[in-house]
Formats: sequence, structure tokens, C-alpha cells
Amino acid sequence: MINIDIEKKLKAYRGQQVLKIKREFIRGSITKIYGPSGAGKSTLLKIIAGFIKPDRGIINTDTITWLNTGLKLDVAPQKRKVGFVFQDYALFPNMTVGQHLNYATEDKEWIERLLIIGKLENFIQHKPGYLSGGQQQRLAILRALAIKPKLILMDEPFSALDPKIKSALIIDLKMLFDELGTTALIVTHNPHELDELTNEELIIK
Amino acid sequence: MDLSPIWLTLKLAGITSIVLLVVGLPIAWWLSKGRSFFKVVLEAMITIPLVLPPSVLGFYMLLAFSPRHGLGEWLLRTFNIQFVFSFQGLVLASVIYSMPFMVGPIKSALQQLPASLSQASYSLGKTRWQTFINVLLPNIKSSLLTAIVLTFAHTMGEFGVVLMIGGNIPNVTRVASIAVYDSVEQMDYSTANSYSLILFLITFILVIGVFVFNNYQLKSPVA
Repeated sequence: MINIDIEKKLKAYRGQQVLKIKREFIRGSITKIYGPSGAGKSTLLKIIAGFIKPDRGIINTDTITWLNTGLKLDVAPQKRKVGFVFQDYALFPNMTVGQHLNYATEDKEWIERLLIIGKLENFIQHKPGYLSGGQQQRLAILRALAIKPKLILMDEPFSALDPKIKSALIIDLKMLFDELGTTALIVTHNPHELDELTNEELIIK
Repeated sequence: MDLSPIWLTLKLAGITSIVLLVVGLPIAWWLSKGRSFFKVVLEAMITIPLVLPPSVLGFYMLLAFSPRHGLGEWLLRTFNIQFVFSFQGLVLASVIYSMPFMVGPIKSALQQLPASLSQASYSLGKTRWQTFINVLLPNIKSSLLTAIVLTFAHTMGEFGVVLMIGGNIPNVTRVASIAVYDSVEQMDYSTANSYSLILFLITFILVIGVFVFNNYQLKSPVA
């Protein structure tokens, strides 16, 4: 379970607006988040991960409080250990596919399994510059899963994948989330593409 | 021809580059993250040697580290260190004088890296230090090399500041640029030309090397 009650002023083209979210996500739920551009979808994910601080708010998980602005409590992103798939992938240009996963975990068996799921087992020695857009996006997903996160935040994670690979990956992800008991929040521009995967939704206006 | 000024110059440039790499990296990293009034002031102070006449910097360092009073006297009395007319004085002056050449390129390169790279590393549980060593540093290697070579080459070409604080003591502070000046003063144009040619060739090879390396990096998708 993760409980969020946050507020943050956003600078937008049409002036200032406020991102205000109060919501509880139950453990194992998979929530799609959608809404207009600039509404604060990516900002919400970054606040949960600890990369951005809200003006006011509380974030509680089952066992620990990550954020309480009133008490000036703010747990570092490193300690939150949230799986994060960035919209720009944020792959490390200096690392190969294998090195990305080895940097995240020492569990070799888990790495091998992830490589098969992401269909990247033949690209272990390739650096991001030698991968296609779809392969890069899959690597970003695998890297986030490598730490076996209890919470995964995905920002437009399937935008560069072709429909066939996307469908296969979604089936595998659903299985992995169930296996790990992972709660997932997935930002999308196309909510219907996630109908098979998600069971909750959050609309940010 | 006495080659000791060339060796002394290479030694000074090498030590200065190593010291500045160790000192400049954390400063550049800190400056690249956010803005504050203190950071602006520090950055301005680091940049000043770029525009200040080297003799002015050398003059103030000469005053500050004179063993007869103030800081210089205290350093001599407490640690038995004398910066005026000594090789360590040349290193200190070079570190200050060449600092913008090390800090500037590294800071700019770090600022150009997307914030998401560090964030991705943090989300994997990695500390700031692990992120700096494994993610940030390897991805600014062309800028890092440029900074090291520029610092090295710039230190080799120092004249005013080293003359002011170091003087012209053979085997101690008589670097190549001073040897050139000294030879010309003595109308020994042949020796001046030899020193100048060696300095020119070393600098040329270094700068060409950086351009070739950076050009290769630009063409490579794994830069």
C-alpha cells in the first residue's frame, strides 16, 4: 500500500497551476495515470520517487513514511528503492545492456530471466547507442525491474514498442508484478493501450 | 642546450594537472548543481585568472606568501613551507591560475547531462559517490580529457605569474617560458628558439590529440 497526499505548484504555459493528489494505491494494484500534457503526471511520479519535493505533503507506505513536509521528513530516493522507467529512458551511455543490469543487481539468474523477457539476451554487449528505440525502452524497463521493486513508476513505458512486442511484454510484466507483489503506477497518453495490464486508474486534470 | 627548464615545465604542468583534477572535480560537480549567491561568487573568483593580468595575480601572491609577514611568515614558522621563490610556490600559483581551465569544461559537461541519469542511478539505490564514479564521470570523458589537456598546456605556457612568485632560479623555478625570456634578454636567439620550438611542439601534439579523440567520440554512438 502507498498513501499519497501531496500538493505542488507547477509552472505552466498558461500560468501557474496546482497539482493536488490524494490517493491510496493498494499493494499489487496496477494503476494507469493519464490526463492532459502539463497536468503534472511525470511530476507526480518524481515526487513519489523522491526526485522532486512537493510544497506540502505526506507519502506513507506499508512500513515507513517517505515524506512528511510538516515534520521535515524526506527519505532519500536511494532508500525508497522505487523502480523508475523514465520517459527519456535515462540509459547510461557508457554501459552495455549487461552492465546496466549488473549495476542494478548481482542476481545473475534474475538478470538472465529479465533479458529473456525483454528479448535482449543477444544484445548483452551492446551499448544504448547501438540499440533501437524499442530495445532502449525495454532495457529501461528491465533496469527498473532488476531491483525487484515493491513499487514501480513508469513514465510512458511502451511508447516506442511495436504492438506485437508490447502485448508480449505486458503479459510478462503482469506476471512479474504478481510474482513480486509490485504496485505499479503507469503514466500514459493512450489509456486504452493499458486496458489488459491495469486494474485502477487516476486521471490528473 | 640545458633541458632542465623543459623537464621542470613538464613536472610543474603534470603536478598542477593532477592537483587540479583532484580539487577541480568536486568543485565543478558542486557548482554544476543548482545556483546560490555563494556559488556565483566562487565561480567568479575561479574565473578571474582568465581576465586578470598574470603579473597582478603573481604580485598579490608574492605579497600574501612573503615569508616576512602575515600568512607567509606563519606558514614558514608553523609548517616550514615557503611558497615564494620555490617550486611549491609555482605549483600553488599554477593551480590558482589554471583552475578555470579544469573547472569550466567539467562543470559545463556535468550541467549538460540529463538529471534523469543521476536519478536513475539513485533509484537503483546507488549513493551520490557511486553515481558520480560509475555514471557521471564516464559520460563526460571527452570534456574531462579536454580539461586536463587545457590545464596542462596552459600551465606550460605560464609566464607572468610564475616569474613573479618563483623568479628565475635554475632547476627550481626556471621553467621553459622564463628560459625563453632569459635567452632573448641575453641575445641568445638560438637557445630561445629551441625552447620555444619544444614548447610549441608539445602543446601542438597535445591539442591535436584532444581534437582527434573528441572527433572520434562524436562519431561513436557509445561516447
